[in-house]
Amino acid sequence: MKIHEYQAKELFRKYKVPTLASGVATTVDGIIAEAAKLKLPVAVKAQIHAGGRGKGGGVKLAKTAEDVKKYASEILGMTLVTKQTGPEGRLVKTVLVEQGCDIAKELYLSFIPDRATATVTIIASEAGGMDIEEVAAKTPEKIITVQINPTTGIKGYHLNQVAFGLNMPKEVLKEFAGVLRGLYQLFIDYDCSMVEINPLVITGDNHIIALDAKVDVDSNSLFRHPDIVAFHDANEDDPLEAAAAKFNLNYINLDGNVGNMVNGAGLAMATMDIIKQVGAEPANFLDVGGGADAEMVENGFKIILSDKKVKGILINIFGGILRCDVLAQGVVQAAKAVNLSLPVVVRMEGTNVEEGRRILKESGLTLITAKNLADAAEKVAEIVK
Amino acid sequence: MSVFLDKNTRLLVQGITGKEGQFHTRQCVAYGTNVVAGMTPGKGGQKMDGIPVYNSVREATEATKPNASMILVPPPFAADAILEAIDSDIELIVCITEGIPVMDMMRVKNYLAQKPQCRLVGPNCPGLMTPGECKIGIMPNSMGKAGGPVGVISRSGTLTYEVMHQLTEVGLGQTTCIGIGGDPINGTNFIDCLSAFNQDPATKAVVMVGEIGGNAEEDACAFIKANMDMPVVGFIAGLTAPPGRRMGHAGAIVSGGKGTAEAKIEAMKAAGVHHCDNLGKIGELAKKVF
Repeated sequence: MKIHEYQAKELFRKYKVPTLASGVATTVDGIIAEAAKLKLPVAVKAQIHAGGRGKGGGVKLAKTAEDVKKYASEILGMTLVTKQTGPEGRLVKTVLVEQGCDIAKELYLSFIPDRATATVTIIASEAGGMDIEEVAAKTPEKIITVQINPTTGIKGYHLNQVAFGLNMPKEVLKEFAGVLRGLYQLFIDYDCSMVEINPLVITGDNHIIALDAKVDVDSNSLFRHPDIVAFHDANEDDPLEAAAAKFNLNYINLDGNVGNMVNGAGLAMATMDIIKQVGAEPANFLDVGGGADAEMVENGFKIILSDKKVKGILINIFGGILRCDVLAQGVVQAAKAVNLSLPVVVRMEGTNVEEGRRILKESGLTLITAKNLADAAEKVAEIVK
Repeated sequence: MSVFLDKNTRLLVQGITGKEGQFHTRQCVAYGTNVVAGMTPGKGGQKMDGIPVYNSVREATEATKPNASMILVPPPFAADAILEAIDSDIELIVCITEGIPVMDMMRVKNYLAQKPQCRLVGPNCPGLMTPGECKIGIMPNSMGKAGGPVGVISRSGTLTYEVMHQLTEVGLGQTTCIGIGGDPINGTNFIDCLSAFNQDPATKAVVMVGEIGGNAEEDACAFIKANMDMPVVGFIAGLTAPPGRRMGHAGAIVSGGKGTAEAKIEAMKAAGVHHCDNLGKIGELAKKVF
């Protein structure tokens, strides 16, 4: 689960990771009032979960009180489009105003879990403020990685590897070590899947400041982090995805027009791939779960049908423990309940498949049955053409 | 012949008295798996369909000598359940549970490294099946065809079923089918399975199903190129997955340009794996290759 910059900085302060004085507001007057508590210049920063805010016009440096008012009115309520938001952008409802500072050097620092080695990995670079993926691709020698086994935790030699790797001036070494220890502890305590600071700055008077803050918490761990759950901002949710989550469905909205409903995440991905392969575009990823029942199928239908892009639907179910006849009844029941008007291609395989196919055939619904996955994809692609 | 499990497997079920635990234990018994004990703290002394239930893995181990364990407990307690099985030196630990925090698995994985006698399969997996002999997990009992010669390895549950079904349709049986799970940090990986199949006299070929996220498939391809004595057919799911989005499985995510389907398919081709670009035709391709 992603959280906002200002929320991440609240966590940073808890772990004594230095940030600048700042305030948060949701109105222009509020922003002006918060800025008045700070010394000019101040940064006016849009709070959305996507990166690339600066380039999209969501971060401005205000040198005067007039600037503050101007930028606050511009940024608040704007639809901010960045390379991470997609073309539809994100509505800015919250703004952070932050004290300016004297920057001597910008660094990159992040913590992520490394899957292959089962360690916490620090990634750091002297090329701060830049797109780290680009740095990694073009100048990999400018990237330092240090792996920390969670059974030992962060040790002095880890700190040395990062600090000397970044050519840190000796005046800031002690403070930097504190920052690394604090961030590591935050990462562990809050089950983070990422903590990223870009840029982390060294100021003219040799202090370290986290100018930005990005924190992503492992969704599987939220049962033990009520304070992170409280950070949830519904404004950041895709409405269809939020509705699907309420039904316990795994749904991701995409750009195409072939709605699809599949049991199991792997099969759902493979189904999207095969739709694309026959020349159509998937409208979504929807995994109703390996143990899907009639109710899940009905809810899946509701979500797909509320997506107005959808012109045809492909149902791909591999009946296992849940038998095909039970599923077929679920499909028929759900199709009737939601008054289905779109063409639906059904591919069904597995336990009791013959009985399942018979139920679909005798339902009176205009369901198109496919004999296998390749056939199903071709049929649905033909429909939406 | 088979790998990891066979008719001599003696299974303990951790979380046997829960709804899922009861259901899947019955399915395993119906398949022919020898379930020797169950375990749920506080339910010791009870029986589930005649299977004795114990309060701890240690009690169950002392009384019934299981050599495998199936874990069906909720995510907040699942990592503990794995550690408990490791501490009792259970040889094969299969964790079905989905939704375990990554940090918990990181600690489990590092602890497991000190216990080479224990093998963990999963978490977030459908388990394993040696058709006709033994099943641990939640694969449907109707799946699979006994006798080999194909070994199956997959990160996804339903894709495992899909592959088993298609192999059976074209007349190819399976030695052992292994779902290694969709989490970013898991126990047994592709290489462990490939290496076991390579040493199994009954396995003559392998179907390997990967998906986006991480680089386990790339590592497996390097292993295949250097070591495998038999043909491997491969499929990768997630070519159309948008970057930065988790596709159902916690581990299925392209992040920072890493873990793409394209890179994995490239690695397969470079390693001489017979890559299948259409899931609907993986059975046919397997038949052709073998």
